[in-house]
Amino acid sequence: MKKTVFVGAMTAAATLIAGAASATVLEDVKARGELNCGVSTGVNGFSAPDSAGEWQGFDVAVCRAVAAAVLGDPKKVKFVTTTGQTRFTALASGEIDMLARNTTWTMSRDADLKFTFTGVNYYDGQGFMVNKALGVSSAKELDGATVCIQTGTTTELNLADYFKANNMTYEPVPIETNAEAQQQYLAGACDVYTTDASGLAATRATFADPENHAVLPEIISKEPLGPLVAHGDDQWADIVRWTMNALVAAEELGITSANIEELSKGTANPEIDRMLGSSDDDLGAMIGLDKQWAKRAISAGGNYGEIFAANIGESTPIGLARGLNALWTQGGLQYSPPFR
Amino acid sequence: MSDTHSNTVAYVRKTMLTEQAPPSSQVGAVRWVRENLFSGPLNTILTLLGVLCVYYLGVHLGPWFANSIWNAGSLSECREILQGASGACWGVIKDRWHQLLFGFYPQDAYWRPTIAFFLMIVAMAPILFDAVPRKVLWFSAVFPFLAFWLLWGGTIWLPLLALAGFVIGYFAFTALQKVSALAAVIGAMVAPVLWWLFFAGPLDEVLSNALPIGIKHIQSDEFGGFMISIIIGVTGIALSLPIGILLALGRQSDMPLVKWICVGFIEFIRGVPLITLLFTASLLLNYFLPPGTNFDIVLRVIIMVTLFAAAYMAEVVRGGFAALPRGQYEAADALGLDYWKAQRLILLPQALKISIPGIVNTFIGLFKDTTLVVFIGILDPIGLSNAIRADSNWNGIVWELYGFIALCFFIFCFGMSRYSQYLEGKLKTDHR
Amino acid sequence: MATTSETPGSSFRLSMLLYDTRYRSLTIQVIFMFLMTIGFWWLVDNTLVNLAQKGKDIGFDFLGARAGYDINQRLVDYTNDSTHARAWIVGLLNTLILAVCACVSATVLGVIAGVLRLSKNWIVSKLMSIYVEIFRNVPLLLWIIVIFAVLTEITPAPNAFRGENATSSMLLFDTVAVTNRGTYLPGPLFERSLGDFDLGIVSVSTNYLVLLLVIIGSVMGYRALQRNATAVQEATGDRPVTWWKSALIIVAPMLIALIAMGFHLEYPELKGFNFTGGSYLRNSFIAMWLALTLYTGAFIAENVRAGILAISKGQSEAAFALGLRPNRTMNLVILPQALRVIIPPLISQYLNITKNTSLAIAVGYMDLRATLGGITLNQTGRELECMLLMMMTYLIISLIISGVMNIYNNSVKLKER
Repeated sequence: MKKTVFVGAMTAAATLIAGAASATVLEDVKARGELNCGVSTGVNGFSAPDSAGEWQGFDVAVCRAVAAAVLGDPKKVKFVTTTGQTRFTALASGEIDMLARNTTWTMSRDADLKFTFTGVNYYDGQGFMVNKALGVSSAKELDGATVCIQTGTTTELNLADYFKANNMTYEPVPIETNAEAQQQYLAGACDVYTTDASGLAATRATFADPENHAVLPEIISKEPLGPLVAHGDDQWADIVRWTMNALVAAEELGITSANIEELSKGTANPEIDRMLGSSDDDLGAMIGLDKQWAKRAISAGGNYGEIFAANIGESTPIGLARGLNALWTQGGLQYSPPFR
Repeated sequence: MSDTHSNTVAYVRKTMLTEQAPPSSQVGAVRWVRENLFSGPLNTILTLLGVLCVYYLGVHLGPWFANSIWNAGSLSECREILQGASGACWGVIKDRWHQLLFGFYPQDAYWRPTIAFFLMIVAMAPILFDAVPRKVLWFSAVFPFLAFWLLWGGTIWLPLLALAGFVIGYFAFTALQKVSALAAVIGAMVAPVLWWLFFAGPLDEVLSNALPIGIKHIQSDEFGGFMISIIIGVTGIALSLPIGILLALGRQSDMPLVKWICVGFIEFIRGVPLITLLFTASLLLNYFLPPGTNFDIVLRVIIMVTLFAAAYMAEVVRGGFAALPRGQYEAADALGLDYWKAQRLILLPQALKISIPGIVNTFIGLFKDTTLVVFIGILDPIGLSNAIRADSNWNGIVWELYGFIALCFFIFCFGMSRYSQYLEGKLKTDHR
Repeated sequence: MATTSETPGSSFRLSMLLYDTRYRSLTIQVIFMFLMTIGFWWLVDNTLVNLAQKGKDIGFDFLGARAGYDINQRLVDYTNDSTHARAWIVGLLNTLILAVCACVSATVLGVIAGVLRLSKNWIVSKLMSIYVEIFRNVPLLLWIIVIFAVLTEITPAPNAFRGENATSSMLLFDTVAVTNRGTYLPGPLFERSLGDFDLGIVSVSTNYLVLLLVIIGSVMGYRALQRNATAVQEATGDRPVTWWKSALIIVAPMLIALIAMGFHLEYPELKGFNFTGGSYLRNSFIAMWLALTLYTGAFIAENVRAGILAISKGQSEAAFALGLRPNRTMNLVILPQALRVIIPPLISQYLNITKNTSLAIAVGYMDLRATLGGITLNQTGRELECMLLMMMTYLIISLIISGVMNIYNNSVKLKER
């Protein structure tokens, strides 16, 4: 008796939770009142829950900015944890609206797996970290080394290519999560830990003795990391893309979370006015949002530079330099197309 | 005889010897030790090995436990306090125990899952123990709806309306029974489905707007820790029981088609690892459903876990049927009962009673297997231990987290297996 | 059934399909079939629509494409230039070898623990109870992770073996190195290779084939010798002394073959970053093996204990009355009978081991799930095909195991005459 009752309850629940998708992702998100954003299960500085259960990090900030732009509230994000294995299907099946989980933009992912990368929020490259005691100063000296890699990423293919190109051998130790890979590396079960250089720095920052570990100078691949959405809804892709561009443009134009209120009252710079919705041009309408969308996105966590500094910058334990991720005006690659 | 004896023996003692105390090696602890621990070379070696084992563990784990540190906000703080000595840093448990138990469930709502958990024990009591009054079964029937409401929240109307479906089904059954038995069965199945599909939804909206009685809605992505393990395990077992019974009946059926489909299903599910089914839930289930349908990963996992448990349950119930004496079937036939009546009144109650230990064992297995959901990104205790270690404060902590998780699992599973042993013992005496 | 004698076809009414027991089961089956077909069709249709919507198709061409990733433990030749199909086979073999090793060791451990748990030795039986309860009541996944962590943390890194004041040294006269990457053992090598023997997928060294043939020959020779001895014993009443002959037959041919092929052991040596030479058991393999052995061993111990307790006390009393010593009673009287009770649950434990090897994901052991269902699935994005192939592979392995074990079970079952 009791069991059949349960079946009914679950069916009822299922019919309610299962919502038929409407025409566009934007309408879905608005109807739901919440943005479903895929993040990783825990990478220090990029996405990890704190003790109050709040998600924090560089990737998380992108989700919050988009939620602020679309829904007006950076808190209205449902963070869906994905593993390297499940992330693409979660996005393809519509379980998440966007994926912000340091994912490398490659041609096959774009064209074959049918995703749209909406930009690059972190220019990265695969590097190697070794214990200084090994006396290795170049990746070319790693012949015969045991290498810890995280599975389900592009790293394992890059690694195979690199060692093949340099005619070296290696012993791969595939590991599922960053936490475990780190444990293996620290115990000396692998000589080298390889992943994106940002991840290496983030990992090294948490060691008890970071000064004893070195990241080798060779960067063996290009890893442009960015958020992505599924093919088939250009409007939604535009929203995510231009939200990110707004963050970068805001840094370039000197808009910060501190002065945004003041600037939005009107400035001498027409581009700032266009972005913050204080002129007559309605950029928001072009992507199905209101005039204030960019203002809200920037207020959520500050501009690109502020987000960087707060989560992974030099003042944080992770201590990443801006490097390639500096603005183009400062010798980096971060560059936003004009808001016009 | 005695004559010759008295001649040949010079001296015969007339009084009895006083009773001597047995040699010290034959009494008390010494005897026990000799008999039980050192009765032969092999036994002696085994004893020494055992003692060595215990000593080794004590020497290595003792100081670690003795130097436990509870008040620390991070691993580095622990290391500072310990200054190189070996010691457990339980500060992580103190800091994060609520996450390990409840995941990211809002802290001010912890009372909800806690109450639901204790109500679950009450609801299970009449099924598990004979001494509990039968009236409590009514509570067991209502409990799933109550638990759903407590855990997920929202207005009270949704679970109430879902419950109403069954009441409607019951009324349809009694009303149509006058027409014909078949019509009653069909009516009892169709009426609730119609109700849920077409009336419950709109009615829920109307009532929720008019009378919003309820508690805060909490989404399942905020669930985690042991809470999610228990939800998946208990729901999986409860749902798999009816399916398992049907499969077991189907497997015994005379109808070849039904039989072979049931056998195929059971063997397929039992032949593949649970992890592939979970990957199916996370990667493929959306492909099999109409385009645009998209539902909660927890619900998808529950569906796959239910199917998985149902196959094992079918085998347990089949074992119960096989243990019934042939005479029970014949007696039911002799009474002229039809198939369903015979099953419902005579065979199933007995078979299920025999199967309860098996069912409990399946539940223990399933509960342990819920840890596999970590591989599809659900934050169960093991998943949370990874997330906690991703925090800079607790990076590098290993044994304390695993120890705590293992202890919780052990307490739960050991309790259940003791219960199942108690039941087996009780069933055995019933047969004598 | 008595109704069958009635005149058939006298008048067939539609309602008879429901109420007549002759037709009812047919009706039910037709309806059932109809519903199943509709359900199945619904699922397939949904899948096709969904795939079309995402611009995907179903195809297995990807199996022939270059895999591009490396696998550390490979029993057959594989490089990153090999195909995905080849990676699938490598993973499958890794799964199988792990399952076989774990089944054997879990059985041994389980039988020992089960017997010892019934031992009169208080300490030993209590220790065994603790072992069984602890391992049975904590999830296997947790054990795998913990054992892997223990192996990583407590064994020395290869670095510790290096230099003048090395903190660790190799065991057993410098032949075995236990490190936190794995255990390095001496490996067999042949000076005079007889070439390789290509079996299509796998190429086997002919040296091993020769060795195998020699062993089979010796065993057959030994059998013949024993038969001969038995025949002599039956004819004369005296059993001829054969031990030196059997020793010769078994040992001599193998020694000759080994010497002829130039057999020698290659010892692991610390070179560069790692030990090289010899054979290498990776920690991921050892952790899986240990965890599966200890976990399943606890279950098997319970089965063994139940099997032994199921044998009536009269059997052991009778054996003691005959003057058999306790361990011979166990070996000759109790265990053979208990085996009949033990084997059916043992089969399902073997199946469990095989399925549980898929948890290798937790320690990065490159099994079937990690190659076909892991990296291949991820790099090609062919979820449907990869999952289908993987499930089918596991299903076939399971069916083969249960088939073989059932045949064995039937052969040892009590034959009732």
